Amino acid sequence: MSFEIKSTGDTYDVIIVGSGAGGGMASKILSEAGLSVAVLEAGKDFDPAKDEDRTQLRPPWESPRRGAGTRVRPFGDFDQAIGGWDIEGEPYTRSAGTSFDWFRSRMVGGRTNHWGRISLRFGPNDFKRKSIDGMGDDWPIGYDDLKPYYDKVDKLIGVFGTKEGIFNEPDGFFLPPPKPRLHELYIMKGAKKSNMPVIPGRLSMLTRPINNERGVCFFCNQCNRACQAYADFSSGTCLVKPAMAKGKVDLFTQAMVRTVTTDDKGNATGVSFISKIDMKEYKLRSRVVVLGASACESARIMLNSKSNSHPNGVGNSSGMVGRYLHDSTGADRMGIMPDLIDRERYNEDGVGGMHVYTPWWLDNKKLDFARGYHIEYWGGMTMPSYGIGFSMDTMRKHLKDEFGNPSPNGGYGEGLKKDIRRIYGSTLGMSGRGESIPQYSNYCEIDNNVVDKYGIPVLKFHYQWTDQEVKQAKHMQDTFEEILTEAGATLLGKKPGPETMYGLATPGRIIHEVGTTRMGNNPSSSVLNSNCQAHDCKNLFVVDAGPFVSQADKNPTWTILALAWRTSDYIVSELKKKNI
Amino acid sequence: MNRRENLKLLFTGTLASGLLLTNCKPEDKQADLSPKISGGTPGGRIEEEVLRDQRLLSETFFSEEEKKKLNVLVDIIIPADDESGSATDAGVPDFIEFMMKDSPSYQTPVRGGLMWLDSYSNDHYGKLFLELSEKERIEIIDKIAWPEKAAPEMKSAVTFFNILRNLTATGYFTSEIGFGYLGYKGNTPNAWDGVPEEVMKKHGVELPEKYLAHYLKPEERGIVAVWDDEGNLIG
Repeated sequence: MSFEIKSTGDTYDVIIVGSGAGGGMASKILSEAGLSVAVLEAGKDFDPAKDEDRTQLRPPWESPRRGAGTRVRPFGDFDQAIGGWDIEGEPYTRSAGTSFDWFRSRMVGGRTNHWGRISLRFGPNDFKRKSIDGMGDDWPIGYDDLKPYYDKVDKLIGVFGTKEGIFNEPDGFFLPPPKPRLHELYIMKGAKKSNMPVIPGRLSMLTRPINNERGVCFFCNQCNRACQAYADFSSGTCLVKPAMAKGKVDLFTQAMVRTVTTDDKGNATGVSFISKIDMKEYKLRSRVVVLGASACESARIMLNSKSNSHPNGVGNSSGMVGRYLHDSTGADRMGIMPDLIDRERYNEDGVGGMHVYTPWWLDNKKLDFARGYHIEYWGGMTMPSYGIGFSMDTMRKHLKDEFGNPSPNGGYGEGLKKDIRRIYGSTLGMSGRGESIPQYSNYCEIDNNVVDKYGIPVLKFHYQWTDQEVKQAKHMQDTFEEILTEAGATLLGKKPGPETMYGLATPGRIIHEVGTTRMGNNPSSSVLNSNCQAHDCKNLFVVDAGPFVSQADKNPTWTILALAWRTSDYIVSELKKKNI
Repeated sequence: MNRRENLKLLFTGTLASGLLLTNCKPEDKQADLSPKISGGTPGGRIEEEVLRDQRLLSETFFSEEEKKKLNVLVDIIIPADDESGSATDAGVPDFIEFMMKDSPSYQTPVRGGLMWLDSYSNDHYGKLFLELSEKERIEIIDKIAWPEKAAPEMKSAVTFFNILRNLTATGYFTSEIGFGYLGYKGNTPNAWDGVPEEVMKKHGVELPEKYLAHYLKPEERGIVAVWDDEGNLIG
């Protein structure tokens, strides 16, 4: 059942804050164990199978801005993630000289409505980085602890890929991958000359069905618009809604959680939330509280939950809540492929993401930076949207006439019109996504001077990249040039240099932020134990990416899902044993 | 094929009844958000978005005089030819009008550029831009349309024309007419089975041998996946 407001006094076995990957998985596993569950979501309900919510398969002319991004949808007018970097009435601040951009999605399913569905397992090394290079910390668990859960996530949710036998890129239960697109075949050819692996992508779209409840991919390349056939993974369609259909799950929408409430002994008793409908505060009670509000939002709730028993915020007796915040590194480069100018037309949409990618392939012992990156590729004859035809004042020179003479930049008229048609589908590019080193000095805290429109104190961010990340970005740029050149492409734009930290993205921009409630065996240097249970509040758990000790060069979602499943199993077993 | 039929085809099995049912209760009722002016973006909009689209659509940026100039300019940039219609045929001026309000940073350079055209026409021909002959108009456009040949004192007009070229091209190629001219084939349900054989041959690329057995076979798209304990697909 779904509610926008519910009166106080209701009691549940478990309250879950957030309906994204972690909260969604917890709602499924905990309700299947027979527990009564309340899921609180700060945004509205959303279902892409309802026509009024559908943006999939809409051509650009149905948008007056032809698909251009907006404040609410920075990735485009048809993108289905509602929120963005800058939400009306929900500010955050940054300390001077540091930067962090915080992306939020306020809707059922949270940021699983946004992500690129790249579904990579962390490998054995990714849990033990300190043992390998002496930086950061090891996780209190290892790959073997999570492997059974990764296996179950693969089968429950579905991911395509191929078994490769690469030690730190563990294989799983894969659906068949789609064949590469033409620019991807060129990249494979180019990378081969540089001895770089390019393997089939690992993305969570159903190329074949995994059950009778979700449809299969029909290759529209629009996963970011949310799939009306539920053929891609998002938490709302694949976890929360099925849990509601089968179990005792109440979904509270437009419910902005302010604090975790606690009793005299310091145990959690439930949550206090503001309903966005009437702007009043409500309380819900439960035996267990599970935070899955996103790494930074969960940290914010914990820091704001001050009481006599938790003077620094619940779960924060170590002072570590908010610390070790870290995002993936990111840098990009683009080129134009002369062989793809004037190309043949066919439907090349494919899935909503890359059909091939490059996992990390080098040995850091031979490099001047720690940790690796993977490379994502883009290009092809994608659907025209706002931006097509731009930059002919710099790009037109790459088109040659029948005598081989380059066209002059700029222009107008029939010739320009033809040249835009000729250049379509000939540009391609790549993005590196890498692992940064978690730092105590990169963190979020409560800004006591600023509240949001619900009266809740906001987060203040402190974040600076270190030399490690900058050197990694430099390496990315060299690699990008090599691949593009070997593939036969002409490089576009100037190579980013030290003045821009080699194009290294602003922290937060890759939307892989983790680490704010990290797990560990030592209660004085970590927030959660190895079961994602707060050291100082035994019926409080975190299921988003806050518990990550380190980020790996993988997208975090698959690990959030596996970890949330493992944590949920632990909650069920502790409740059975009456330990909580 | 309507959407319902589409969905029927897409789902390979019977739908679990709960999945498509919404849990709508009376308390879920929303305020009336139905747009009063058509043309806003459809699909899962929040109130802030509906109100913004409505406001922008109800406002007018370009004056009648400016609009006339705009119509002439966009058709110089993308004219009709024997294959397809022009920028005005494709509704580009309405799109540009909207973008001026949606992205206000466009307003000053575009309005200023349109003014500059009249000043320049006046100085050199003693007439306003719209009063010039087609030949005279093109003489001016040729001074600002080629960034690398343009005189340094023309730089701001070149910037204006770059913006107008971008917006005209993007408006055109995101229209139905533009899609037809471009030959875009996608945005429709299909079963991707790789680059057509003859295209791969022409480009001198081929699928890697080692993955041939693993790629998705379109005829198997309806079969529920089954794995052995080692993760090998066996059904």
